Amino acid sequence: MLKIGVPSKGRLMEKTFDWFNARGIAMRQTGAEREYSGAVEGIDGVELVLLSAGEIPRELAAGRIHLGVTGSDLVRDKLADWQTQVAELAHLGFGHADLIIAVPACWIDVDTLDDLDAAAAAFRAAHGFRLRIATKYHRLVREFLTAQGVADYQLVDSQGATEGTVKNGTAEAIADITSSGETLRANHLKILSDALVHSSQAVLFASRRAEWGEAAGTLAQLVQKLDVAEPEFTRS
Amino acid sequence: MTKAAIRAEAETLFAAFQAAGALPVEADILLPAGTLLDLYGEDIRARAYVTADPLRGEMMLRPDFTVPVVHAHMAHGADPARYTYMGEVFRRQEHFGPRASEYLQVGFEIFDRAEPEAADAEVFALFSRLLAPLGLKAATGDIGILLAAVRGLGTTERRKAALLRHVWRPKRFRALLDRFAGRAPAPEARLQLLERLATGSAEALIEAAGPVIGLREPADIAARAAALIEDAEAAPISGAEAGMLDELLTLEDTAAAALERLRAIAAEMPAIATSVDRFARRLGALEARGMDAATLPFAASHGQSTLEYYDGFVFSFHAANPALPPVATGGRYDALTAVLGQGRSIPAVGGVIRPGLVAQLKGTL
Repeated sequence: MLKIGVPSKGRLMEKTFDWFNARGIAMRQTGAEREYSGAVEGIDGVELVLLSAGEIPRELAAGRIHLGVTGSDLVRDKLADWQTQVAELAHLGFGHADLIIAVPACWIDVDTLDDLDAAAAAFRAAHGFRLRIATKYHRLVREFLTAQGVADYQLVDSQGATEGTVKNGTAEAIADITSSGETLRANHLKILSDALVHSSQAVLFASRRAEWGEAAGTLAQLVQKLDVAEPEFTRS
Repeated sequence: MTKAAIRAEAETLFAAFQAAGALPVEADILLPAGTLLDLYGEDIRARAYVTADPLRGEMMLRPDFTVPVVHAHMAHGADPARYTYMGEVFRRQEHFGPRASEYLQVGFEIFDRAEPEAADAEVFALFSRLLAPLGLKAATGDIGILLAAVRGLGTTERRKAALLRHVWRPKRFRALLDRFAGRAPAPEARLQLLERLATGSAEALIEAAGPVIGLREPADIAARAAALIEDAEAAPISGAEAGMLDELLTLEDTAAAALERLRAIAAEMPAIATSVDRFARRLGALEARGMDAATLPFAASHGQSTLEYYDGFVFSFHAANPALPPVATGGRYDALTAVLGQGRSIPAVGGVIRPGLVAQLKGTL
């Protein structure tokens, strides 16, 4: 059985179902509306597993699912050396969002990472601790800032309502996902002009860690219907 | 390679360091994360194991011995003093590969105010002798020369401070140098801000930009705006000075040839003369210890990309296989003792050897 993990609710689930449906694979929830089980029609040997989008990277890495649909940001942030654990089969063209760094709009002197770095140095000298950036994307943001040579900051964890952390006094800046920037503006924040950490979208991933076995044959049929390239590692 | 074989190798090195007069010291494995984070910045989080202690807060599994040993020395050490230590260090790895996340280190550190170059030479000569059977490649450098060159630039203190802060981050150092030297244009938004500041006060611009949120206060923002105006009015770092810094960053030769080149640069840039003299004295001290100092590979920027706080002599020993990490690394870290000494400081130099790699290389000889 080829197991495919799909986000269990919301627009991401609906758009994923639409994407597969347009390619002749019908996916639907079964049972009651809130029950997390599903069915696949149009191909044999595929089992639908409904999961939280945030858990799909981990399930792929553990090899408990063969395929999974989730955001490219989540895979890059949650999996070390992600390319060695999963492979991208197709960019699905929805779920677009940018991981950006934003600072208070009243910081007229800060527009670039260079400015942020200088402000962080002065902030540390004045306040005795490193400037706090609230985020849930720790790996992506830290790797980005290290590569850019930014210093004197610290990451503080924020699992939700991150845009409010500055006003609430628990951070000086944020790194978060945004699509329209509306929530940022409503919270008096502005985006740095050169700090696009990652441009995310929904991606169909294949696990390099799963036991492929018979599922490799099913995948060969599936990729034909989906019109995507077959990964080389499933048959070895 | 068995752990027992590696430990035996470590014991041999540990004994050799004690024979060189070092006092054996122990260090905790669980260290307060705050000190290490303040010193190394957020980067260390990616390279060390952080854990939460319900009573002591964030703790880190010892990523190196330097910090606890310097701490212990600054708190209650003799003066002068020399120490050796042996134990595991823990390094989180973010990539699959041959790098170990737990390995033994044996180290040797000298804290001594008299004749720092003689101490540099003693440490390097001792490491060379202990590692001689492995046929390793040595690499040396001197961050002190680069630091002196930056301190001596004919530009604003603020620019010098910005460059000094980023000496250990080569990419940003280079970007700052290019901008301060007028080789890279100022960003568009900066020019627009300067234009607005020319006709209005920073305070008015801040107020118009939105409500003040967060701990960074309008006075902080206005102060940096004033600094930006000052910077825009300051003359660029001269082409000649920027060129000499470029040359320092890329200088790579035998120690004798590098010394000759540095003497020529020092004639134009007197600020580095003292550091170049130290370099020359160090070579002399190495010769006095019977080493062929003239042919040692030297790179003025060696040690620039490490996480460490080295601010003078730096060295490392490498195996032929480039996939292996250095077998030994070390250097001078006078500034670190000042940071950890709370007002006191002492010149310090030292290094570590990885007995696991020593054992592995011996096994394949």
